[in-house]
Amino acid sequence: MLEKALQGNKAYWGWIASLLVVIGIGFGFYVYQLQQGLGITGMNRDVSWGLYIGQLTYMVGIAASAVMLVLPYYLHNHKAFGKLVIFGEFLAVSAVVVCLLFVVVDLGQPQRLMNVVLHPTPNSVLFWDMVVLNGYLFLNIIIGWAVLHAVKKGVRPASWLKILIYVSIPWAVSIHTVTAFLYAGLPGRYFWHDSLLAASFLSGAFAAGPALLLLILMIVQKVSDLKIPKEAIQTMTKIITYAWAINLFMLLLKIFSAYYSQYPAKMATFDYLFGGVGGEQMMPWMWNFVFLSVVSLVLLVIPSTRNNPITMTIALVMVVFAGWIDKGLSMVIGGFIPNPFKVHTEYWPTIPEFFITVGVYAVGLLILTVLYKVALAVQRESAS
Amino acid sequence: MAINRRTFLKAAGLTTLAGVAGHAAMELLAPGALEASGAPKVGEYPEALTAKRWAMLIDTEKFTTAQVYQKCIDACHILHNVPHIPGDQEIKWLWTDSFKHVFPDQQHALVPDRIKNQPFLVLCNHCDNPPCVRVCPTKATFKRDDGIVMMDMHRCIGCRYCMAGCPYGARSFNFWDPRPFIENIDPYYPTRMKGVVEKCTFCEDRLAKGQLPACVEASEGALIFGDLANEDSEVRRVLRERYSLRRKPSLGTTPHVFYLI
Repeated sequence: MLEKALQGNKAYWGWIASLLVVIGIGFGFYVYQLQQGLGITGMNRDVSWGLYIGQLTYMVGIAASAVMLVLPYYLHNHKAFGKLVIFGEFLAVSAVVVCLLFVVVDLGQPQRLMNVVLHPTPNSVLFWDMVVLNGYLFLNIIIGWAVLHAVKKGVRPASWLKILIYVSIPWAVSIHTVTAFLYAGLPGRYFWHDSLLAASFLSGAFAAGPALLLLILMIVQKVSDLKIPKEAIQTMTKIITYAWAINLFMLLLKIFSAYYSQYPAKMATFDYLFGGVGGEQMMPWMWNFVFLSVVSLVLLVIPSTRNNPITMTIALVMVVFAGWIDKGLSMVIGGFIPNPFKVHTEYWPTIPEFFITVGVYAVGLLILTVLYKVALAVQRESAS
Repeated sequence: MAINRRTFLKAAGLTTLAGVAGHAAMELLAPGALEASGAPKVGEYPEALTAKRWAMLIDTEKFTTAQVYQKCIDACHILHNVPHIPGDQEIKWLWTDSFKHVFPDQQHALVPDRIKNQPFLVLCNHCDNPPCVRVCPTKATFKRDDGIVMMDMHRCIGCRYCMAGCPYGARSFNFWDPRPFIENIDPYYPTRMKGVVEKCTFCEDRLAKGQLPACVEASEGALIFGDLANEDSEVRRVLRERYSLRRKPSLGTTPHVFYLI
């Protein structure tokens, strides 16, 4: 089936070529990082994780959100999602690959990566993160590919596939839960030390993920013969609305418990992020986050703006971007500021770090493009 | 040259015989010599210092001048080839900070001047319940039976999870190749490579040779080091007599560096 990705028009090949150029630039900077060390990034002794691990966290959420299509379709027989489920699963595949690549580019000694497998350490959450991410990757590749194969042959998917699909539903929840446990289980990091961090991660992911998927599908609809059923859009935007509302609600809960109790260590990161205490690097981003979150929520809650294609698209873009500021940027950085000595050391990514990040995303987009191309070709052939 | 099945079997048989017989002959003629020529066996120096639970006391009353602190830090950093990297990507095993930074929960406006103005030595706390060991995905950082939290720099993959896990900021990452930043490399202690995490090891290499940690030796009695499990040890005697603080005891890590106030 993969050969179908080799047939495309000029625009298709132009898109592939530009992705390859971006990947090439990112790879060039990565070679530079390999030679020099992670000193070329903006990370430091106090903020020892930065943009890379932030992207890992955000993209795990995007990957997990495929379940918002899989679950209604397979458990509730929501027919409108029928043709779209495969695109959710393939988005999950490329998102997980992006996650794994962000782990690799963040390592100081990437050639020792296999030590995680050679010396398995069940007490480390990172070990489990590796297990669930790889498991989720294979689940989605196998499910997506097998379903597509059945469509191509014009037969019903094999019955064993059903088991994998049912397994993939809690598995999707597990990847973001374990990723939240990376942070939530650390003593003395008060911004992260939140028993409901996984739940708030999932709510944010189930908003930003389907929003991103819907935006991508709208682009795909423009450049191919895919038709997104109206009912599917309505269901997805409703899911996004509820998830987004829950996500913002959970943020407010955290702010309440920090400020009403006047617990200094719990207030410290919020003071830094939103109040600019100890450095103003993040403050403009955070107030943009507030603006985007509130406006998008209003646009999504009101039925007329939720169903209007233009205001809906604006709201989706806002959700994706606000979700990124929240999880891709402030969540990881904020946890390190102030440091254990109550000193504020700031962090901002460098140019090489930025291009490596963009390069990794381009790898994800390339995989996504190829998988979507195959899926579209198979669906078109089976329809004719 | 072509090898047929017959020649191959003959050669293989002879080689096996030579191997088995050779080993037996060596064992008979020179017992232990074969093992000696293989991987080195780890044995303990008879003069090694051992303990059930190592701990360190920092007598803040005896640290009267900045020079004493500096002597301890220099002794540590020179001995362990700790690079001097300027900026926020620095490496440090032993350093000083103010009372309000080291004990943020104890800080208040009316702390005595001596405490307020005095630098406090900071290092790895060699916790009983170390979060860094719990989170490490490769067991590159581990706790020994005598309480020392150790690093295997050859296994560390540089994920820096331990740095996020340590609530004391005790760990440093080699953002760069450290060697150009070391003034005089001491050939008796290995230098590190870029991309691994490092920290204080309570000088386990010196303990194995029967020597006290370098900072303790340089401290002119301001640092006391010993076995906390031994009731007759000096650390136990001093802790019975003097009031001490530990950093962030509420986190449940049980640090084993005590500050005598």
